[in-house]
Amino acid sequence: MTTLEIGTVVAERTVHLTRTSLVRYAGASGDLNPIHYNDAVAARVGLPGVLAHGMLTMGLAVETIVEWLGDSGRILEYGVRFTRPVVVDTETGADVTVVAKVGAVDDDAVRIDLTVSHDGTTVLGKAQVRVRAAS
Amino acid sequence: MPVNPDLLGRAFPPTAPYLVGREKVREFARAVFATDPQHDDPAAARDLGYADVVAPPTFAMVIQDLTLQQLLSEPGSGIVLERVVHAEQRFRYTRPIVAGDELTGRLTVTGIRAFGKGAMVTSEAEITDAGGDHVVTATSVLLVGGDE
Repeated sequence: MTTLEIGTVVAERTVHLTRTSLVRYAGASGDLNPIHYNDAVAARVGLPGVLAHGMLTMGLAVETIVEWLGDSGRILEYGVRFTRPVVVDTETGADVTVVAKVGAVDDDAVRIDLTVSHDGTTVLGKAQVRVRAAS
Repeated sequence: MPVNPDLLGRAFPPTAPYLVGREKVREFARAVFATDPQHDDPAAARDLGYADVVAPPTFAMVIQDLTLQQLLSEPGSGIVLERVVHAEQRFRYTRPIVAGDELTGRLTVTGIRAFGKGAMVTSEAEITDAGGDHVVTATSVLLVGGDE
């Protein structure tokens, strides 16, 4: 890997989520909380709608950089705060946009900062991935 | 009922071994829009030095969830699922999870902090392989609401 400059965008993508995406993630992860697929339950507990699983958003966000990394085993640490929900409309779904930038560089590792947004607002806070520097 | 402060420092027994299947990795990869071949194609994973397909980084939550079930079902914990919000999540990796791994999780409650009428509960699930070697530590912060 050539020298990385802080602020460089290393990867970005937009993922379109539908209700089908949420059902698929529920099955794959084992998280069957009905607020992620059942409008009646979401409304009853006071939510603005059916929400994407926070762990789905976290999971798709980090995958944005895997092709750039080459080997996902270079990931040393990954952390996020769940700051805002992603409401997935039954007809129109929801777009989640991920922009991955170099946040810090040292001899052994690079910190990649992920900006993850939906509908113009960020939904994850302090989404940072520490990756081993390429040898 | 507030969160029971005696939970701080509590270490739960190891979860039953979880065998990571290749098709499970593929299913999870598809669910998190992980399109890189290392998650799907054993030959691509072998080219990177792994025995089989590589699970996406957040797959560790499947094992972590088994440990959190122990915490949520602890009698007298004061933690009620309907009042729990996932506030933060972190993973610290020694190596990625690969199909064929047999994984065990051990949960420890490492922090309880009053937050409004509820509490922020931090727990760490240390995930190890069949040889007892560390694979990943999953740390979650749960915001547990108190009585209104």
